[in-house]
Amino acid sequence: MARQVSRQRKIGMTILAWFVGFLIFFPILWTFLTSFKTELTAISIPPQFLFFDWTTENYVNIQAQANYFHFMMNSIYLALGSTVLGLIFAIPAAWAMAFSPTKRTKDVLLWMLSTKMLPAVGVYIPIYLLFINLGLLDSRLGLIIVLFLINLPIMVWMLYTYFKEIPVDILEAARMDGATLRQEITQILAPMAVPGIASTVLLNVILAWNEAFWTLNLTTSNAAPLTAFIASFSSPQGNFYATLSAASMLAIAPILIVGWFSQKQLVRGLTFGAVK
Amino acid sequence: MGKIQLKSVTKAFGGVKVIPNLDLDIEDGEFVVFVGPSGCGKSTLLRLIAGLEDMTSGTILIDGKDATNLPPAQRRLAMVFQSYALYPHMSVRKNIAFPLMMAKMDKAEMNRRVENAAKILNLADYIDRRPGQLSGGQRQRVAIGRAIVREPAAFLFDEPLSNLDAALRVGMRLEISELHQRLKTTMIYVTHDQVEAMTMADKIVVLRAGNIEQVGSPLELYSRPRNTFVAGFIGSPKMNLMSGAHARQHDAATVGVRPEHMDLSTSDGLWRGEVKVAEHLGSDTFLHVDSKDHEEPLTVRANGEFQVKAGDVVYMTPQADKMHRFDDKGLAIG
Ligand SMILES: Nc1ncnc2c1ncn2[C@@H]1O[C@H](COP(=O)(O)OP(=O)(O)O)[C@@H](O)[C@H]1O
Ligand SMILES: [Mg+2]
Repeated sequence: MARQVSRQRKIGMTILAWFVGFLIFFPILWTFLTSFKTELTAISIPPQFLFFDWTTENYVNIQAQANYFHFMMNSIYLALGSTVLGLIFAIPAAWAMAFSPTKRTKDVLLWMLSTKMLPAVGVYIPIYLLFINLGLLDSRLGLIIVLFLINLPIMVWMLYTYFKEIPVDILEAARMDGATLRQEITQILAPMAVPGIASTVLLNVILAWNEAFWTLNLTTSNAAPLTAFIASFSSPQGNFYATLSAASMLAIAPILIVGWFSQKQLVRGLTFGAVK
Repeated sequence: MGKIQLKSVTKAFGGVKVIPNLDLDIEDGEFVVFVGPSGCGKSTLLRLIAGLEDMTSGTILIDGKDATNLPPAQRRLAMVFQSYALYPHMSVRKNIAFPLMMAKMDKAEMNRRVENAAKILNLADYIDRRPGQLSGGQRQRVAIGRAIVREPAAFLFDEPLSNLDAALRVGMRLEISELHQRLKTTMIYVTHDQVEAMTMADKIVVLRAGNIEQVGSPLELYSRPRNTFVAGFIGSPKMNLMSGAHARQHDAATVGVRPEHMDLSTSDGLWRGEVKVAEHLGSDTFLHVDSKDHEEPLTVRANGEFQVKAGDVVYMTPQADKMHRFDDKGLAIG
């Protein structure tokens, strides 16, 4: 039912929304600005907002100090590897739960999601030891497996809510029309589920890209992704905020661009099933 | 051919028996309507026939052959769903052709059948559109088109008109009846609307809680309802059912009189009452009358010309030969 919203109220809400949006965006903006300052301007008080001498020296320094490309390739490997592996397991799982649920399907889903609430440190020692024994420490494969496992519950959950929205009638119609199970999946279900699968992939890539606990603790150099790249600029010489900001910008730039262009799908993906 | 027989069919979901035990024969070419209140198991029964649900026990024969364990696609039945269940990512043409593509039919024959279905159902103008660009009535036609191209042994309809508005519903009702005249293929049609059942069926199956209450032609059910449930369910407006003293006069636990089987007068008659509401349909007027002789208000049909309004006093006399009598178990007497 349409509700009448007064003009003042509309304006008020708009200002509030912009304010909150700005608040959330501010850290990224500040990092961006700082990355173009000299170390001295970066810590000057009062802080300088726009009118300082813009410099790209931080970016130049970083290129000289570390192999950005190596870290970025690792991030890409980890994000894509864990996502592809995740899809292979999550799609059939979500399919089964959405289209032939049992009494306990809802419980299983909740239980899976609840594992996300566990603090990661709780299993850090066992996993670390396991990685040593299996020779997976500082390997891409090992990290791909860990990232895949920690994001699997979210993937299953998201795909499940998408598949739930596909009317069973349509699948049954295909069954009546003589489609085999394979044809039912490839010709009817998959095309209808493409938007859902796409936004699940997107979210998972972002989560894997940003994951900083396991990627920092299970790598040293060989498999280290961009999170480790940033971290490497924070220690031991003390904090150089401008350099650190430049490193952060380089690390988040790829995902920021991807996220910017796909924000519609992302929002839809995260609220899907909630609004109907 | 499309003769369908159900023998001792039962169906339970978990521990709940939705269909306790059911036998039914459907002859080739018949238009059979399953009717009953919401939740009585009509859809479940249809889905058992389609093979979309497994029976808990019992047998189903299609053209004399045991089909109990056949998958849906091999039963040669086509289904039209309440939600239409069109494939949203395919054009109308592909939707209709889909079952033929699944059967790997050759292109020429496939095109011939699709064109033919489109012509019968007036779909030619929309053939390249997606379902999302069609109105409810057009979607319904596409769903029917997808069913008829297969030339199935029988059509199954699950409340196909309930998502359409009233005017369209009457039109589609006629179209489906004409389609049956033309194809002479068995049709099983599920509805909770007794008007649809009466107007379309060769044979009506009245269901309640998964049990068959009565099977018969529309006029049989109307003139000889087997029990009070069928008596109250078939016919519009509903039959007046009375128990107590009125029934005892006729040696019955309950008696029933249809609204159209009462003589009305403004001067004298058996029961006196005051008109509560008068519904003028033009050709007829339905009166809802409060009477001191009755606990429930009575419904009476009057000729459209009968001058009456709310508050008027009328006298009603049931036509004795049109009276229905039921015993204390609700079963018809005589
Ligand atoms: N898949 C199912 N699981 C559990 N109960 C079901 C299922 N399908 C139907 N039922 C139950 O069976 C009964 C009959 O349902 P249905 O055949 O859909 O009725 P109708 O079509 O006559 O309205 C209802 O009580 C319904 O809740
Ligand atoms: Mg139903």
